Amino acid sequence: MASEIAVRAATITTWLEEIAISVEAERDHLTQLDAAIGDGDHGVNMSRGFEAVGKAVAGQGDSVPPGQLLILTGKTLVSTVGGASGPLWGTAFRRAGRTLGKEPEFDAAQLADALDAAVAGVQELGAAEPNDKTMVDALLPACAVYRDGLEAGDGIEKALEAAAEAAEEGALATVPLQARKGRASYLGERSIGHQDPGATSAALIIAALERAVQRAG
Amino acid sequence: MEVATTQMKKLLNDPAEVVKESLTGLAAAHGDLLRYDADAQIVVRADAPIEGKVALVSGGGSGHEPLHGGFVGKGMLDAACPGEVFTSPVPEQMLAATKAVDGGAGVVHIVKNYTGDVMNFKLAAEEAADEGIDVESVLIDDDVAVQDSLYTAGRRGVGATVLAEKIAGAAADRGDEVASVAAIAKRVNEQARSYGVAVSSCIPPAAGKPIFDLPDGEMEVGIGIHGEPGRSREPLGSAADIAGLMVDAVVTDLKPKEGTKVLPFVNGMGGTPQLELYLLYGEVEDRLRDAGLDPVRRLVGSYITSLEMAGASLTLLALDDELTTLWDAPVHTPALRWGE
Repeated sequence: MASEIAVRAATITTWLEEIAISVEAERDHLTQLDAAIGDGDHGVNMSRGFEAVGKAVAGQGDSVPPGQLLILTGKTLVSTVGGASGPLWGTAFRRAGRTLGKEPEFDAAQLADALDAAVAGVQELGAAEPNDKTMVDALLPACAVYRDGLEAGDGIEKALEAAAEAAEEGALATVPLQARKGRASYLGERSIGHQDPGATSAALIIAALERAVQRAG
Repeated sequence: MEVATTQMKKLLNDPAEVVKESLTGLAAAHGDLLRYDADAQIVVRADAPIEGKVALVSGGGSGHEPLHGGFVGKGMLDAACPGEVFTSPVPEQMLAATKAVDGGAGVVHIVKNYTGDVMNFKLAAEEAADEGIDVESVLIDDDVAVQDSLYTAGRRGVGATVLAEKIAGAAADRGDEVASVAAIAKRVNEQARSYGVAVSSCIPPAAGKPIFDLPDGEMEVGIGIHGEPGRSREPLGSAADIAGLMVDAVVTDLKPKEGTKVLPFVNGMGGTPQLELYLLYGEVEDRLRDAGLDPVRRLVGSYITSLEMAGASLTLLALDDELTTLWDAPVHTPALRWGE
């Protein structure tokens, strides 16, 4: 496994900034996707949450361990996003943070563990399985592809690039699916033909991680 | 001050502040019954906590007014936790509300079955339990338009929420303990079914445009309360047709025995006038009698709404003597008031 690049708190801060920019830029798109099969507030809620995360993280010094920053991110999302996305993303970031603990930096393999823990937390709380047309459809392939990349000897940047692509493909692959979890499931067959907003924002978050690590590298 | 022109014409200052400003007004109008804690973003009974009484807390996204804040007062809710429009509140709100109203006898959370509400209330209940407060949660899932199966999030909580809050509130008032109050709320949910129809969409203030387009001559059947599209789109029927559709849907699912005493609740979605709701109620009552049922209590009005959506829902509750007595018990809240 290639674990040459260590990830530090600064990279996490960059990741969170990249997410905030990306979610804000895609706010209307996410909201449109949500209006089609949900209630049209996903973009607004995610944007509000990551803006609050930015403020919460800005108050932290450079010496805060990356894991602690992620736990703070999770707590902030739970208390600002609301809906289902708040508890789900809150749990994801908290689990990732707990996995990383209080170490000042972590490597590519530890990142794989953190990402797996995040998705496991989401599945535990939301009880979503693959192909239920949820954020899990973007996150699970991203985690798998990232880990495969590391095992094939890829560096963290290349593995994350592939993970971001897998997340994007996973989000696009939700279009023909019938929703079986969340508000879109109320539509039954009418949910078919629309891209899942949760999977879409999940892909944005993985892509932001790729950019953050590239910028640090 | 200039207000951006969009498709909506609403009485707003800043769309982002709509919930807070509305709650401020609610408290100004009903200071004798409730207060608004803006920091915690909760509405609390003016005289809470009441020593020895089980407290009722509910909450959910805003945009369904008068639910839930309008039901805070004597004989109903002790606190309400309003989220942003159509967005679940966050656990901190439910925890703050639970602590504010706990009179030592425990707290019942009445939770509408939506993924977000369920998760946020679950996190809050766990935290409250950690702090030594006895919390029982009751899930309301009465909407027969949603197939309850492994393949959906389960039935939505709609009109039965209002009935459960009133009836469980009366049970708490008469001195029932926490398990009993929760059991009564569950019984209301088990004995109630709902079905809704929309003839127009609604406009969330932050979005500024309708959630869906509903062409002239069409109606959305099997709707929820968040502007989400329904199960299907049908040609717009007469009130008699719509009443028939609603009664069929709830009776088929509830399967009440012939002669069952029932409480039909015809609810406006926010944009349908009382004139039409009573007209619809008349049609509903006829059909219930035709189905061999015996309406002995009624509720007609806009109590669980979807902003300015035009349309209505029918909730049918099969009554027993105890539920009827609790329904008749005095209530004094901004939106429901009778007795004493």
